[in-house]
Amino acid sequence: MAQYKMHILVCGGTGCRASQSEQIVENLNAELKNLGLENDAQVVTTGCFGFCEKGPIVKIIPDNTFYTQVTPEDCAEIIKEHILKGRKVARLLYEDPETQKHIEDSKHMGFYQKQLRIALRNCGFIDPENIDEYIARDGYAAFGKVLTEMDPKTAVEIMKKSGLRGRGGGGFPTGIKWEIAASNKADQKYVVCNADEGDPGAFMDRSILEGDPHTIVEAMAICGYCIGASKGLVYIRAEYPLAIKRLQVAIKQAREYGLLGEGILGTNFAFDIELRYGAGAFVCGEETALIHSMEGHRGEPTVKPPFPAESGYLGKPTNVNNVETFANVPVIYLKGADWFASIGTTKSKGTKVFALAGKINNVGLIEVPMGITLREVIYEIGGGIKDGKKFKAVQTGGPSGGCLTDKHLDTPIDFDNLIAAGSMMGSGGMIVMDEDDCMVSVAKFYLEFTVEESCGKCAPCRIGNKRLHEMLEKICNGKGTMEDLEYLKNLSRVIKDTALCGLGQTSPNPVLSTIEHFYDEYVAHVKDRVCPAGRCKALKLYTIVPEKCTGCTACTRACPVAAITGEKRQPHVIDVDKCIRCGACYDKCKFTAINIQ
Amino acid sequence: MNKIKSLDDLRKMKQDLAGGMDIREKSNSPESLVQIRVAMATCGIASGARTVMNAFIEKIEKEKIAAVVTQGGCMGYCYAEPTVEVKKPGKEPVVFGYVDSKKAIEIVESYILKDELLDGILPVNYQTINEKK
Repeated sequence: MAQYKMHILVCGGTGCRASQSEQIVENLNAELKNLGLENDAQVVTTGCFGFCEKGPIVKIIPDNTFYTQVTPEDCAEIIKEHILKGRKVARLLYEDPETQKHIEDSKHMGFYQKQLRIALRNCGFIDPENIDEYIARDGYAAFGKVLTEMDPKTAVEIMKKSGLRGRGGGGFPTGIKWEIAASNKADQKYVVCNADEGDPGAFMDRSILEGDPHTIVEAMAICGYCIGASKGLVYIRAEYPLAIKRLQVAIKQAREYGLLGEGILGTNFAFDIELRYGAGAFVCGEETALIHSMEGHRGEPTVKPPFPAESGYLGKPTNVNNVETFANVPVIYLKGADWFASIGTTKSKGTKVFALAGKINNVGLIEVPMGITLREVIYEIGGGIKDGKKFKAVQTGGPSGGCLTDKHLDTPIDFDNLIAAGSMMGSGGMIVMDEDDCMVSVAKFYLEFTVEESCGKCAPCRIGNKRLHEMLEKICNGKGTMEDLEYLKNLSRVIKDTALCGLGQTSPNPVLSTIEHFYDEYVAHVKDRVCPAGRCKALKLYTIVPEKCTGCTACTRACPVAAITGEKRQPHVIDVDKCIRCGACYDKCKFTAINIQ
Repeated sequence: MNKIKSLDDLRKMKQDLAGGMDIREKSNSPESLVQIRVAMATCGIASGARTVMNAFIEKIEKEKIAAVVTQGGCMGYCYAEPTVEVKKPGKEPVVFGYVDSKKAIEIVESYILKDELLDGILPVNYQTINEKK
């Protein structure tokens, strides 16, 4: 590789590309050429830096300058000032929301200080479409080591000892999964990577595939060697075009280098990977449904056992792991099981990637050691709640998870603690809610999702979730009764106990956890016909305070249904029957004369 | 593209490729490395700071020193340009003035490698806001 004095890393993840990062790369290169600096600085398109809130991100190496929200028009200034003259462009630096001071480099940003990046080690650091950069960072070294220095049994033992648990949601020990698949005899076995990331607001797997696809290729090959499989399949949703493209490039490069194919690294081990595209159904993240979808059947789950490790793809033993699980694998073999097991808590080892979203200052992708508290994640990494509002709850585990409240803020996050608190790790979505969010509506939102995504095979999930959703709707409309609350709880338990697959068994979790932690809010909806957060439209009553109204007619003009009447300079009146409770009058009124109850 | 035929091949390839990534690896922990900052304001560039910077980069590459070379703004010693600040881990920074390519190599050989001070050190007579408690 050529020697450059400076590297300019530009985020090429889906988020930053949507904000023109490709154009930024082009402009930076053009400007470098313009000033004759093309041999001094190299522009590199990398994967996600995680700080999606302030994208597109441009990072200058070696001084770690972290430019945020860069536009294509800023490129000339960055090159002229920073690369040519060594002066940082202050207006593009990240501003600390608390102190309002510019932070010059990423080492001093609160967002990065508490993070520990294992699965994301190469994201935002290497060019994902360049295998050489991956190899330069010890890429494929773990695969080489396992292949030439270990027998499959020893390699599986190391995986067991590391304590890695499946990052897709269930948290099943990866080593044991591999051991079972390895122990089943068959003429053909398969390694499957589950890249069917479907939780609303989750983008961990996509970011890994976009930022470091080779790590998945390498890990799947290692897994293939361990369980005795020569074929790998990645089940990836077709909605991830960039991840698919980068994965295809990675597989092609690995084949060209002889790291996939026959006789890898002078041994007689053969392994190759193919892609299978999913149409984006949530249930296909469940491993049996995923396998059926890959075989060309309907994406419906079947009863386990038989587990895929005995009879999976085309009836052969199949090992299915999630993207993030695989991303941890090469590091475990490079640094050792003991190293990995030293991170995290007693039963949950290593780190977890979370997609921080919702009412939080630093929306983005983070990786933290297991055992970190919610408080550290939300306030130190996430930078606190937006607009100084009060924290209310955080939803983890997507539609299968539950809500955690302020009393859980100091609970160390790991698989078991989250389950004990009535939620679950899930794949790692973390949606933060503030005082303005109505918890009944939140539960309703998730039920809407599961009702839509239920495959319809078993009655508890198909019918039960629909009924749950109807009841929540009734409560939000102010027509619920106290019996409904009991009924909600009972039905939820029945669905949990009787549904066929993970989707149905976990879908009532948002209902149960919100009822448990926010019972008062449900009661307020039912008994007082009031939505404490002011979210449920049907429970709002808009009136005009005559003493405050000046008769300016601003509200009359704002009202989309002409529900407000009155003479100029005289107090106006809202017709309650016509009012659709949209809040337009409230926003327009300069005299706080609109009262909402 | 040549196939990689053995683990040794792969390791050798890594060795060859690592150089290009060095600058990024080093930026992960700048405080543990020798930091060489070349003042690259207009006056610095006019007096040849760019050549000096290249000389530093080539020299530390050749000697395999764990160092990172960055550009800085004007330090105010316009009479003594090009100026270079060298900060060794755990030590106070030292500023050298009137640095040319020859001097750059001397700085690496004497101060950075052997810890011997040499002529041309500028007295640092200011505090930065970072140090002010």
